[in-house]
Amino acid sequence: MPRTARDVVFVDGVRTPFGKAGPKGIYHETRADDLVVKCIRELLRRNPDLDPARIDEVALAATTQIGDQGLTLGRTAAILAGLPKSVPGFSVDRMCAGAMTAVTSVAGGVAFGAYDIAVAGGVEHMGRHPMGEGVDPNPRFVSEKLVDQSALFMGMTAENLHDRLPHLTKQRADEYAVRSQEKAAKAYANGKIQADLVPISVRRTSPEGGETGWGLATADEPMRPGTTLENLTGLKTPFRPHGRVTAGNAAGLNDGATASLIAAEDVARELGLPVKMRLVDYAFAGVEPEVMGIGPVPATEKALAKAGLTIDDIGLFEINEAFAVQVLSLLDHYGIADDDPRVNQYGGAIAFGHPLASSGVRLMTQLARQFEEQPEVRYGLTTMCVGFGMGGTVIWENPHWEGK
Amino acid sequence: MSTTAELLKGAAELFPDEVVTQAHVRHLDLPKGAGRFALITLDNGLDHTKPTTFGPQSLANLNVAIDQVEKEAADGEIVGAGITGKPFIFAVGADLKGVELLARHEDALAIGKGGHDVFKRLSALAVPTFAYYNGAAMGGGVEVGLHCTYRTVSKALPAFSLPEVFLGLVPGWGGCALLPNLIGADRAVSVIIENSLNQNKQLKGQQVFDLGIADALFEGADFLERSLDWTASVLKGETEVARPEIDRGEAWDAAVQRGKAIADGKVHGAAPAAYRALDIIAAAKNGDLRQGFDAEDQALADLIMGGELRSGIYAFNLVQKRAKRPAGAPDKSLARPVTKVGVVGAGLMASQLALLFARRLEVPVVLTDIDQARIDKGVEYVHGEIDKLLLKGRVNQDKANRLKGLVSGHLDKAAAFGDADFVIEAVFEEMGVKQQVFAEVEAVVPEHAILATNTSSLSVTEMASKLKHPERVVGFHFFNPVAILPLLEIVRAEKTDDASLATAFAVAKSLKKTAVLVKDAPAFVVNRILTRFMGEIQNVIDEGTSVEVAEKAVEPLGLPMSPLVLLELVGPAIGLHVSETLHGAFPERFTVSPNLKAVVEAGKRGFYVYDSGKPELDPEVAALLKQGDAVLTEEQVRDRVLDAVAQEIRLMLDEGVVAEAQDIDLCLITGAGWPFHLGGITPYLDREGVSERVAGKKFLAPGVASVPA
Repeated sequence: MPRTARDVVFVDGVRTPFGKAGPKGIYHETRADDLVVKCIRELLRRNPDLDPARIDEVALAATTQIGDQGLTLGRTAAILAGLPKSVPGFSVDRMCAGAMTAVTSVAGGVAFGAYDIAVAGGVEHMGRHPMGEGVDPNPRFVSEKLVDQSALFMGMTAENLHDRLPHLTKQRADEYAVRSQEKAAKAYANGKIQADLVPISVRRTSPEGGETGWGLATADEPMRPGTTLENLTGLKTPFRPHGRVTAGNAAGLNDGATASLIAAEDVARELGLPVKMRLVDYAFAGVEPEVMGIGPVPATEKALAKAGLTIDDIGLFEINEAFAVQVLSLLDHYGIADDDPRVNQYGGAIAFGHPLASSGVRLMTQLARQFEEQPEVRYGLTTMCVGFGMGGTVIWENPHWEGK
Repeated sequence: MSTTAELLKGAAELFPDEVVTQAHVRHLDLPKGAGRFALITLDNGLDHTKPTTFGPQSLANLNVAIDQVEKEAADGEIVGAGITGKPFIFAVGADLKGVELLARHEDALAIGKGGHDVFKRLSALAVPTFAYYNGAAMGGGVEVGLHCTYRTVSKALPAFSLPEVFLGLVPGWGGCALLPNLIGADRAVSVIIENSLNQNKQLKGQQVFDLGIADALFEGADFLERSLDWTASVLKGETEVARPEIDRGEAWDAAVQRGKAIADGKVHGAAPAAYRALDIIAAAKNGDLRQGFDAEDQALADLIMGGELRSGIYAFNLVQKRAKRPAGAPDKSLARPVTKVGVVGAGLMASQLALLFARRLEVPVVLTDIDQARIDKGVEYVHGEIDKLLLKGRVNQDKANRLKGLVSGHLDKAAAFGDADFVIEAVFEEMGVKQQVFAEVEAVVPEHAILATNTSSLSVTEMASKLKHPERVVGFHFFNPVAILPLLEIVRAEKTDDASLATAFAVAKSLKKTAVLVKDAPAFVVNRILTRFMGEIQNVIDEGTSVEVAEKAVEPLGLPMSPLVLLELVGPAIGLHVSETLHGAFPERFTVSPNLKAVVEAGKRGFYVYDSGKPELDPEVAALLKQGDAVLTEEQVRDRVLDAVAQEIRLMLDEGVVAEAQDIDLCLITGAGWPFHLGGITPYLDREGVSERVAGKKFLAPGVASVPA
């Protein structure tokens, strides 16, 4: 039976404010599932024309799928969010690109015709579930030298990337990080971020983190506005003595969740739902796990090739800032300046934080805002590196584009 | 130190064991840029199974929190303040343990005033205040929110009430004065009087909103977030809170009258709390809150120093605590699993038992009887009852299918009970018949099976005496209607062993019954006391007092129905049978009324006709009555009856029928519906001086159900 792929659109996206992982963090006593449940509920509130029974799938990502991130989170969170029991769900894991993969997999289903509308998102509570919790790597990885041991530690892979591209110096990474903080502070001041945040009630019973009782998280906790190059220069390099990767030029350990609505364009139009971005193409690619930060390069090459576009067609970039060097490596590959104004206009994960599996949708939500403001831009991309040597890139078209 | 702080410090010293609630103040930025907000969280530091309460130290903590918030409000540092609870619990009111300890009127007054002084500050801040009822809210918990400017409530809130009148108090930290001024007198009467006296009925979140107590309702999943968002929109003027105008005219008086009628119907003037609450509600009509709060303080102090409250708390503790840890029950680890139940007999009682066992234990239940037709009828009855549950939505289709599949009948006892762990008989009340049934059952059941009897008056020991294994026989005496009355008298016969008894208690718990261990004595507890009570009523009628006076004489006891109406419900023939049995055991105290005999012989089913809508003595019954000429007053009748009851209870305690007087009261409350506010009966007998008159001493030590000495 011949089929026509349907156009897939990004209807809406929201996220929780991101928190710092650990006993003093805002979400230390908040469950991971509650974070993502509240995002789904906010999506439904913001889109009252959407009958929840029309949702065909709930795909939620988490890297560590145990405890409050386990139990097939896509399904359990759907029930907890109050979606009709007829709505199914599943869980996704591609580490940092979890939410991105949730989006691309439901998008594939929409294009194929299996779904009309789906929820895709992710959560990572790195305080409750530290990286590497419960992992059991096969000893063959090391005994057969399938990967270097450093491949398991993301900070070390970032140092390895500095080794591979020695002209991407610590100085350039730090300068990039300072700009990220500046841009994020400016975006906050201009109200670009808050509109897509879901306030979260947070309880604290231990005075260690501050006032006790119930509070409300309304802003990203990791932000360090006013950071200067001097502040960063002296920071420790925890992954290697005299290394280049510091807490200042990398994203931290964070807690947070995101969710988005993905739909067939005709269905979204029929229901009167917003169309914020149109999916053009996507690709995932593998690289050597020891330099996982380079992953976005082959992923972007692949996605552009499939879309029949070149890098010059891309007017806006949302690149996940797991490490500054990883952003720089992509820009370097395409000959784009470190401070190119098309890149991460609102700042990135170095400022906001990077709760692993949730971040993909944050990139999309921010790109969608930028599309709305910049109708002269036709194409944008969201891209990120992924543990164990991968990259993912999604190319989007701006439905507000008014040029020809 | 403020006077409030001093007052509370004094009160705290009287109550060193208080589980103290902290009042945490935390600041947050409201959504929509609405400004800085102070949120108070009430939290006793324990999980949701230990709800947050207010004792004096807890009130002092809240007072300190409000000191801070008040200053911030005055200094313009915050735009509003809120109060909420720990997960699943808002606050469940005053700590009853602290109330029990109060022995002086001035200390009681201090508690009332202390609560008022702290709570009312929430209505006098320089900024609006918000209560977020996130979970269970009762009594003082509800009241602290009533002092706030606005309230939100969670749709997931399971229980919300002002239970004070139920216990013998008034909502005295603002409830009586504030609630009618918020939602009108009629609705306030429903919450404060009607729900309280209707077995402490709880409201759910939706009802709290529908009644107008809360201004907004939000789902549980993000209740606090939505409440704070709503707060922001109220503070920014985007949301206007509209409340309906209160009718301060005749409707107010009518509501108070309705409340009086409800109270009369339930307590017949015998408990003062409802009437005190209604007086305050009536006075609140003029909207003068200060006057209302003063009246609340006085009422609280008077009631705390009165016996009725102590009886209420005593009853509350019996039902909430003693009922869960039955006195004298063996270690529960001795209990054997029950995976299949047999019921001997397929009559109405047997069928009701089968239904109960199937629903609660969810194990196969097999009925037997002497012919297939009776068995079919019994099984059909149970299946029909399951269909009714399905129709009412109490079970779904899957559960109904499961329950029906569990209940079957079999003519052959060996096939029916060969693998049963617990077999209960509900056959005709005759020793020979029951002994034969048990012998037949013992021949076919496994070695470990328990044999239980639902006898109401026969000796369980004698029933077991001819068995090879009498140690596995227990009495398992239910009360009609089986599905409704919680009491189960568990009878230990002479040779019953601990494992069998432990199994019986475990089964009772699964059946969700209140089990009380009783000795194998004639008619056990409830029937013995009721029969003595009824016998004395009949005696005075037989001797010459009119039926009307005899009935009216015991109205102050607040029984669920008059003695003769109860007799009608039980059936005069059964009543006669039990009185004959007890007469056989204790001929000097239990009489057999010739008039009752005549009524039964005439085939009458009751004493009254209801043609006019009200019970009136059936002229045919009146014609049968042969009375003497000793006419007593109501008071004389009441004395006679109470003396008899007190005497019987004293004898039962001396015989060791139950462990303590507390068990008698627990039985009467849960098995006969005797009034909670009187604490069953012994606190009342003690308070009225009957116990000492009859037996020279009280049933309960001072302080147990009375003001401590």
